[in-house]
Amino acid sequence: MTVESTAARKPRRSAGTKSAGSTAAKRTGAKKSPSTPGSEPELVQLLTPEGERVADATYDPYVADITPEELRGLYRDMVLTRRFDAEATSLQRQGELGLWASLLGQEAAQIGSGRATREDDYVFPTYREHGVAWCRGVDPTNLLGMFRGVNNGGWDPNTNNFHLYTIVIGSQTLHATGYAMGIAKDGADSAVIAYFGDGASSQGDVAESFTFSAVYNAPVVFFCQNNQWAISEPTEKQTRVPLYQRAQGYGFPGVRVDGNDVLACLAVTKWALERARRGEGPTLIEAFTYRMGAHTTSDDPTKYRADEERESWEAKDPILRLRTYLEAAHHADEGFFAELEAESEALGKRVREVVRAMPDPDHFAIFENAYADGHALVDEERAQFAAYQASFVAEGEGE
Amino acid sequence: MAAEKMALAKAINESLRTALDADPKVLIMGEDVGKLGGVFRVTDGLQKDFGEDRVIDTPLAESGIVGTAIGLALRGYRPVVEIQFDGFVFPAYDQIVTQLAKMHARALGKIKLPVVIRIPYGGGIGAVEHHSESPEALFAHVAGLKVVSPSNSSDAYWMMQQAIQSNDPVIFFEPKRRYWDKSEVNTEAIPGPLHTARVLREGTDLTLAAYGPMVKVCLEAAAAAQEEGKSLEVLDLRSMSPIDFDSVQASVEKTRRLVVVHEAPVFLGTGAEIAARITERCFYHLEAPVLRVGGYHAPYPPARLEEEYLPGLDRVLDAVDRSLAY
Ligand SMILES: Cc1ncc(C[n+]2csc(CCOP(=O)(O)OP(=O)(O)O)c2C)c(N)n1
Repeated sequence: MTVESTAARKPRRSAGTKSAGSTAAKRTGAKKSPSTPGSEPELVQLLTPEGERVADATYDPYVADITPEELRGLYRDMVLTRRFDAEATSLQRQGELGLWASLLGQEAAQIGSGRATREDDYVFPTYREHGVAWCRGVDPTNLLGMFRGVNNGGWDPNTNNFHLYTIVIGSQTLHATGYAMGIAKDGADSAVIAYFGDGASSQGDVAESFTFSAVYNAPVVFFCQNNQWAISEPTEKQTRVPLYQRAQGYGFPGVRVDGNDVLACLAVTKWALERARRGEGPTLIEAFTYRMGAHTTSDDPTKYRADEERESWEAKDPILRLRTYLEAAHHADEGFFAELEAESEALGKRVREVVRAMPDPDHFAIFENAYADGHALVDEERAQFAAYQASFVAEGEGE
Repeated sequence: MAAEKMALAKAINESLRTALDADPKVLIMGEDVGKLGGVFRVTDGLQKDFGEDRVIDTPLAESGIVGTAIGLALRGYRPVVEIQFDGFVFPAYDQIVTQLAKMHARALGKIKLPVVIRIPYGGGIGAVEHHSESPEALFAHVAGLKVVSPSNSSDAYWMMQQAIQSNDPVIFFEPKRRYWDKSEVNTEAIPGPLHTARVLREGTDLTLAAYGPMVKVCLEAAAAAQEEGKSLEVLDLRSMSPIDFDSVQASVEKTRRLVVVHEAPVFLGTGAEIAARITERCFYHLEAPVLRVGGYHAPYPPARLEEEYLPGLDRVLDAVDRSLAY
């Protein structure tokens, strides 16, 4: 196994690691946020926040042949994903969904990485990867059943090679690793990508998935969206070193990419997936981005973070940045944007209608699929449940 | 503060505050317990008043939270850790079961593990998966752990005080759908023992035994049964390990019938243990087999089905009718 480390070849040190601060700060773990303006960490970037294309010798080749049409496609993906997300958020407010975890601000990280995957790759998401699901061809309305409370999953993972959302933080990184180990055993050349957050990086499961994937040289890409927060806790409550540097200790490369730059996310993920396909093992990508909304619709970010922080990140909006570039390069005209606007509205409308029409599940769904081969106790309880339900009907009829 | 009406979550908050104030060795640890005050605001304001050294926002790692709490306890601290939701205790389950529960015995009784693990549990709040489970039997089955659950604000306040003072690890299950229910708390009253069951309503025809979120349902069922001329006794077990079988026995010797109610699956649950013990202890007093009402042997269902899954008034009364029909 070759142990190649991009981190070693090309240092990308965060300003935040240089000084550990005062003794008191050391004890309490208090540290300056890496997202503080002025302490921007070095990261792979192909499009500046101002929408200018910048060169990067390592990663440019991975997007060198991208066509204007494909660029417009990335833009369209981001716009429609944001529209879908906004619709879901308002559906939650209207009581149609019990909960929603918004991806607002993370569109580039998800669309860039999602579009880097091949049809035969397999994706293991957490619970916020609506944009990745979009790239995989999952009907977005399928994502809403779980949040509406009509099912605990909502799609067949094998249809689009897009696994179920995982609520228990970090678990899926091990499943992804095992799946990748299976791919390697089969001698196939597909790859796996596992999504998780900066908070998840603290979980034992994530550390164990790094160990397994390195030891077995599994074709898996770990895509960490560092959106700066794990509910109320900033990244500094999870780590004292930039997350991408963790990979080095396990013996595989780690790269930090501008998570609000869709082109860079696409290029870096393609690079990592191709490494995996070539049998060169895992990669950790840290997409440095920002969760613009609340953690979920149940969360109140005003309790723990300042408005200015969000405002500073709004200036790095992933969608605006690509639009500026498309316009400057004359890759898109007014007609394109107008058409997309109409398409967005139509998507919003469809999502609204489908969700409102989503029926509550049949009561007997409680017992469905508890086991693949059936179970005597479940059969017995289902029968008792049926008799109990029937007793109401009978009483009602008798009145 | 003496007697005051308080929400259950607020009562726990007050109790934690009292404990932090009284003993510098008491620590609060968990995800989001600091500035946010926990996702249910149970630790609201505590970090502000006691500082980041006493009310500690931990990394997102449950095994780490419990494992380090064990180490802190070995060093003389009394950590009270929060697991954010029931379904997220399992990354810590290994530490709880293989380490926390057994260390006192392994050390020939020479070390104590005064760790409290707070777990908001149970359903009824319309949440997504892993946010509504009742895993108490999995903990009660493990020797070395004590397992309790309050059903009202006064118990929430006092049982937390007692759990923190306990030299044994206590798994403190908080009935999350009752967090916002208000009832009287007397912070000056002398509480009863932590593991003693309590009769909340006297009756003569049948005993309903429950704990945590189901106590309220049983009280409502007893009130409804009263209108039909049935006199039900409601027993709040309060503790699932140990279980106060004496109090259950005393009640059953009076009423001769017992229905145990919990949200957790019936199969191999707390109710199964109570049914077996009470059958053994009260065989000649019983007029009917001990019946159990609880969850099914199926994964906790999506929110839109939880009303069917969770025992409600009707299911409890149905069991009462079945018992009385013997
Ligand atoms: C094992 C576990 N512990 C706690 C939680 C509760 N929880 C849900 S999301 C979350 C924060 C996750 O932060 P991060 O991994 O950074 O992902 P993000 O939501 O920011 O994308 C927490 C603590 C959980 N779902 N699973």
